[in-house]
Amino acid sequence: MVAIVDYGVGNLFSLQSSFAAIGAEVTVTAQKEILEQANCIILPGVGAFEDAAKKLRGSGLDKTLKELAAKGKPLMGICLGMQLLFERSYEYGCHEGLGLLKGSVRPIRDVIPSDYKIPHIGWNGLIFKKGSPLLKYTQEGDCVYFVHSFYAADCDASVIATAEYGAELTAAVADGNVLGCQFHPEKSGDVGLKILKAFVEMGEKL
Amino acid sequence: MITKRIIPCLDVRDGRVVKGVNFEGLRDVSSPVELGMYYSSCGADELVFYDITASSDGRKLFTDILCETARKVFIPLTVGGGINSVDDFDRVLKCGADKVSVNSGAIRNPSLIFEAAKRYGDQCVVLSVDVKRVDGVFRVFAKGGRENTGLEAISWIKQCVESGAGEVVVNSIDTDGVKGGFDLEMLAAVCDAVSVPVIASGGAGKIQDFITLFQTLPKVDAGLAASIFHFGEVNIADLKEKMAQENIPTRRL
Repeated sequence: MVAIVDYGVGNLFSLQSSFAAIGAEVTVTAQKEILEQANCIILPGVGAFEDAAKKLRGSGLDKTLKELAAKGKPLMGICLGMQLLFERSYEYGCHEGLGLLKGSVRPIRDVIPSDYKIPHIGWNGLIFKKGSPLLKYTQEGDCVYFVHSFYAADCDASVIATAEYGAELTAAVADGNVLGCQFHPEKSGDVGLKILKAFVEMGEKL
Repeated sequence: MITKRIIPCLDVRDGRVVKGVNFEGLRDVSSPVELGMYYSSCGADELVFYDITASSDGRKLFTDILCETARKVFIPLTVGGGINSVDDFDRVLKCGADKVSVNSGAIRNPSLIFEAAKRYGDQCVVLSVDVKRVDGVFRVFAKGGRENTGLEAISWIKQCVESGAGEVVVNSIDTDGVKGGFDLEMLAAVCDAVSVPVIASGGAGKIQDFITLFQTLPKVDAGLAASIFHFGEVNIADLKEKMAQENIPTRRL
């Protein structure tokens, strides 16, 4: 069973539907017991980093996620959910993340030419950096759907794919059982569904 | 490299696609869900559902089909039509829409864009604007293009982007339905004025019109059309094949 963490951030309808479409049992939950039972966990998120990080800490879900990640349960963050896995974000100030991955979240504007539009929105091709079970059904160059204004920096150790947008922006990360996609696999057509399928299979192996 | 998006737009009334579509192999050619799945399988990069329902019963049918589409189609879904309040945003976002487009609602209530962007983020708010030349000036029209608001279009678009609109759909009334190509002059003026994605609408009649659009105006991010896709005059897979041949970045299936 895939558990999608419900901490009051964003709309989980499409994400839930995408797991159902690949035949995975899926539940949306904030309960520790259910997260413990799950084969793998998705940390979703849209909106502002500070607000989301506060909600995770306020509900105690931050501790639960860290515990479960330490036990080896596959945990994947999507979009803002991926950014929350890092040590900190410089989105309007400096805010602490979960620290499950080394690196920080910074404005795209700092690294791209001024004639590039912000947010980075639309379909962009993946550039592979490192082999990962998450991308086992994906080809280099496959397009996925991005919507973001901040990106994960200083995280060379965990980057498995990037996308070119005036600079190489972190697209997907993996460090053992902790994974993340900056793009939205649930909005990336068949390519995205295959990435979710690969993630679900990582949980089934345990 | 970011790709240029191709976006079919479906007008929906009482839960059904308006104007018959002309496809072989679709069980129900008036079903927005089936048509959405079909377009997704052809390589459409995004779908726009435009609700032209007047009744509240019809609104419920619309949100039902939206939910069903979001269960089956995994590309971004933009919803427009009848969006007058933040509650309307809420209603369609809960059913799986990713972006919400506002047109007359923003003219009637200029704070709508700001309030919606504050709650859901800029990326969620799309300004849709119907523009027509009147005595050589670009003017904003309301009520489906029937009423001249007197607003000057470029300053209106700039104002909406400053309020938080994350994308702009520019529909040229002058070229709409003529099938003689997009309104390049109007689109160039908008691209020069704003730094958010611009989506061209109105005037496409054939594949070459999209090629000309993206080659002439590299700042345009997407091309939107309705009937030429519905009637099979332009096949999205063929269009993308041609874009690739012309070295226009495009997503291939």
